[in-house]
Formats: sequence, structure tokens, C-alpha cells
Amino acid sequence: MDVTHPLDPYLRTDRLPHLWCPGCGIGIAISSLLRAINKHIMEGHLKQDDIAAVSGIGCTARATLYLNFDSAHVIHGRAIPFATGLKLVKPNLKVIVIGGDGDLAAIGGNHLLHAARRNMDLTVIMVNNMIYGMTGGQVAPTTPTGVYTTTTPLGNYEYSINVVKFISTLNANYVARASVTHPHILEKYIYTALSKEGFSLVEVISPCPELFGRHIGYKDPVELFNKLKSLIRFEEKPQIEKSDIIWGNEIIIGEFINDNKKSFLRIIGRGV
Amino acid sequence: MTAGLKFYAGYPITPSSEIFEYLAMKLPERGGTVIQFEDEIASINAVIGASWGGVKAMTATSGPGFSLMVEGLSLAIMTETPLVIAYVMRAGPSTGIATKSGQYDVMQVRWAAHGNYELVVYAPWSVQELYDLTINSFNVSETLRVPVILLSDATLAHIWERVVLKDPNEALVINRKKPKVSKELYKPFEPEEDLVPPMASFGEGYRVMVESLTHDERGYYKATTEIQRKLVWRLINKVRKNMHMLVDSASYFVEDADYVIVSYGSTARSAYGLVKELRSRGVKVGLYRPKLLWPVDEESLIKSTRNAKKVFVVENNAGVYVNEVSRVLRHKEVFSIPVIDVEIPPPESIYEVMKEWM
Ligand SMILES: Cc1ncc(C[n+]2csc(CCOP(=O)(O)OP(=O)(O)O)c2C)c(N)n1
Repeated sequence: MDVTHPLDPYLRTDRLPHLWCPGCGIGIAISSLLRAINKHIMEGHLKQDDIAAVSGIGCTARATLYLNFDSAHVIHGRAIPFATGLKLVKPNLKVIVIGGDGDLAAIGGNHLLHAARRNMDLTVIMVNNMIYGMTGGQVAPTTPTGVYTTTTPLGNYEYSINVVKFISTLNANYVARASVTHPHILEKYIYTALSKEGFSLVEVISPCPELFGRHIGYKDPVELFNKLKSLIRFEEKPQIEKSDIIWGNEIIIGEFINDNKKSFLRIIGRGV
Repeated sequence: MTAGLKFYAGYPITPSSEIFEYLAMKLPERGGTVIQFEDEIASINAVIGASWGGVKAMTATSGPGFSLMVEGLSLAIMTETPLVIAYVMRAGPSTGIATKSGQYDVMQVRWAAHGNYELVVYAPWSVQELYDLTINSFNVSETLRVPVILLSDATLAHIWERVVLKDPNEALVINRKKPKVSKELYKPFEPEEDLVPPMASFGEGYRVMVESLTHDERGYYKATTEIQRKLVWRLINKVRKNMHMLVDSASYFVEDADYVIVSYGSTARSAYGLVKELRSRGVKVGLYRPKLLWPVDEESLIKSTRNAKKVFVVENNAGVYVNEVSRVLRHKEVFSIPVIDVEIPPPESIYEVMKEWM
């Protein structure tokens, strides 16, 4: 296959075009991931054959279909346990979990919590579009209060989960929030996450114009993107207490935890 | 461990936890990994991940835990992942009696996971058979790239018996077949003649694609009738066409028997006692005991009951496997002898129900 883009070697190009909608942020998240991986490979830290990509089910999870690594597209919510089993028997692999907020924080929330508790050697990229994309725009635990979705036609009346705050209370070595509206920061955080032992999580704020924006008055993808961009505020030293996402208020991005605690594999004597 | 187990993931549940606790002590010494997860869902999915990492992996559980595992079981079937589940039945429904026995889950084990598939399930009746069939379960799972379930119960889990262990060098141990073609030509779901695809592991450079969606030989999602048919039938047929290597049963005194009891697992121990007792009184009765519970070994069931006038299916539940026996022996008189007992049903209880029809 002709190489037409520098990142093509990391893609199963025969499977393109991808299924994501125009205006969706997942593509930016994945290209940022690939640039970060490429940088590590170019710097000699990683080899393409030593990378494993694992995902559950959802729009974001579909990423593994296109990635030219050893990949697993498993079941909804269970990417982290699959990845954990794999990592424990193949400690030399860099195991990356990619998923949506529903996949990782709702149905898979228990596994997310315990992987962070164990400081399990995994890099988790969670694309938070604040909605269930794949199934048609139902409320997610990340959906901000008040927002209209297909299962909350009168507006979401539940409190939402702040994943970075939640995971920061555990033993993860790295917890950061980025946004596809600021791809350089996003790439940098993923790069750092990939260089960590133990558990690392990058939450990626991302627009879903079809199913999130459309119901709250942003019919045009560009409008939603610009709205999101205007809400994002980068902070060098972000405060966890101020990181809750309330639609209409500023959304703080930054590195919340950057630590070097002994990872699970180090603890059991299998660290690589 | 004789079969080459290297990874165990589990969540404690009576009466299966002894397996977990024993392995937690022994497996790491042998270079293996044991980990307790947050639930059975994580456990089964981690076992699948570990198997794709290239090692033999298992979990153990009981009814409530298996109920949580079935979505993962369906994934293992779809992704053709070798693994073993030791399912130690206890009295249900629901939490039931954790420490007590029963055979209620014989249908659940077969049908609980969604989709159409064949599933290999063994039912040992002694500690020796638990040992032997565990090795066999790993061999089958590796050969056919299927999950295999070893179905025992609280009675067998807690019994003390003499057992002869094999030297790992003596035991027949089969490992999954590896790709024979170059990395460029390798397709993770391209079967060989036995309908089983060679399996590359993660980290070997084959760029495997483990896919839970309906997929073609490359592991690429395809939403067509053609690919769906091809995949579903291959998953089913790779088990059916290899039945010769799965079948395992035992028959006792069936040649001249007017009555044949069909019984499996711990209950068959009592049925055997009853058969011997009745024989000593001159009653022509025999026992057929399938060790392979699923798929049903129709051939040996028909053969062992050929001369029987009546067939009695004795089980420690409300009568479930009897439906399979009736289906296979549709021209025979088949009686259900369901004896619910929190221990092994004693021979007298079985006889009490059976004698009405003899
Ligand atoms: C056990 C199970 N329940 C429900 C579903 C249906 N389902 C598929 S994806 C999804 C949620 C998708 O949302 P999210 O994880 O946030 O990812 P996104 O599509 O937004 O990227 C659901 C509920 C499923 N596949 N499996």
C-alpha cells in the first residue's frame, strides 16, 4: 500500500474510510494518539510490534478496527480486564485501552476504578463526548446536568461523574484531561501517559455534533466545536476541586496527577 | 498445572474458592500469575486477554459467578479463545445454599451465553476424574480454540479421595497450533482443514485482530448474511466435526440390562451404588454415565441403552438433562428421576422414585 500520510503505517489503511461522522472529535483523539506513539517509536522507546490496542464497544472503541497494532475489539465495558490479563502475561507490551465515557466509566466503571486502585500498567484514553454515541445519543454518566438527550427528553436531572476527580483519589500515576480543540496539549499528555509505568488516564473532551450538540442547539459541527473551544481553559497546575464539568461553565484541562508510584507489575516483580 | 496453566483470574465464591486458593500458593512458584479481580466479569475477560497473550488460562466459579461470566463466554466463543472454566455447581436459584450441592445448572451452562454455538462441557464424578478431565479440558480448548467447561459440584469439590497425579512429562499435553505462514499472509481467523485457525499471540508481530463483531478471516467486521452464515456454521462445525476427540463416557452392566440409568457427575456415584445393589438382588439394571455432557454424545447413549426396555435419567435437580436423553432416545420409554438433595441423593431416594416405573 502506498504511504500517503506519515501516520499510515499505524493504520489498517485497507479499512478506511472510518465510520465516524463529520465533525466528530474521535479522529483528532486518535491522530493525537498516533503522533504520540510515533514520537515514542522515533525516539526508540517503543516498537510497533510491542503495542497492543484494546477497546470495548462504542464509537470511540471502533478505533481498534483501524489501528495497525495487535488489537482487540472486545465487549462493552470490558476492555480494561482484557487488557489487564494480556499485560500480566506479556509485560513487555505497551497496552493501550481506548474507549468512550460510557464504555469506561459507566458499564466499565468498576474495572476503571480497580485498575487505578492497583496502579495497573495500562494507558487508558477515554474520549468523553458526554453522551452515548454508538447507540444514538442516550444520557451518559458524564452528561452534564440539564442537558437534553434521547433518554432524558426533559433534560438530565442526575449529577454527572467527574472521572479525573474520581480516579485522582486512587493510585494512578498519571491523570490528565485534554480536549480535541487543543490537539497539541492532547498529544503531549498522551505522550507522557505512554511513558509512565502503572496506570495512566487521559480524558479527552470531544464534540459529538450528531447526538450531543444537535439536542442542545448546536446543529452545526463547527458551532459546537467553537463553543467547546471557548469553554476549555488550560491550567498549568489545575485544581481537582475545580474540575467538575458543568455545561456552559469553563472546562479545566491539565495534568491532575503526575506521579511515579510503584506499579502493579513492579510490585509483583514483573516490571519491564 | 500439569496441563501447563499459566494464568488464573477469579473472584471468590463457594464452593470453588479452594481452586483459587491452591493456585494462589502454587502457580506463582511455577512462573504463573494469579489475580483476584473485582468480579467474575473482569475475571473471564482477563482470562481471554491472557489467552491472547499466548498462555493457558482459566477461572473457576459457581452459579452466581457463571451468570456474570456468560457475556464473556460468548466473546470467547466468537474470538475462538482457548480457556477453561471450572464451574462448581451449588444449590440455586440465586444465592441458594452456597455450601451444598446440586445439578441445576446443566442447561444454564449450555445455553446462557447469547448466540448459536456448540459448547464443550465435561462432568467428572470423582477427584481422579476432576484431575484427568481438567488436563483433557485444556487439551480440547487448545486444539479447537474453544472455551471448555468442567462442571462439578459442591460434593465433588469438598470430597477427599485418593488420586494419582501424572508427571508433567508423562501427561498428554496439547498446545494450540501456531501460524505457519508469513506475517504478511497470516489471517487470524482463517481455518485449516479441521476448521480451526492457527493462533498468533499478541506481541509476535502478526498484528492480530481480536474481533467480537461478526468478522471475516482477517478479523474484519462484515455485516452480511454470507459472512454471518460462514462464521456461525464454522464455529459450530469445528466442534461437531471433531466429536471423535471429545467423546467420553462410561457404561456399567448395560449389555443385558432391561433398565438403564443415565446419570452424570456426583449423582452417578449413587446411581452406581444402586445399580450394584439391584444387581445383587438379580435385577437386570445398568448405568450409562456421560462424562462429556455437551455436546450430547448421542452415539454412545444409543449404544448403551440399545437393549434397555426402560431408561431412567437420575439427576440432582428438577429433571433437565432428561429432555436431551428423551430427544435422542425418542422411541424408548424414558423416565425422569429428579431427586433434589443438598448432598448426593442417596441410592434409596433414587430407588424410591424409580421403583414406581420398574
Ligand atoms: C452489554 C451491552 N450493553 C449495551 C450495549 C450497547 N452499547 C453499545 S455502545 C454503547 C455506549 C456507547 O457510548 P460510549 O461508551 O460513551 O462511546 P461512544 O459511542 O460515545 O464513543 C452501548 C450502551 C452493548 N454493546 N453491550
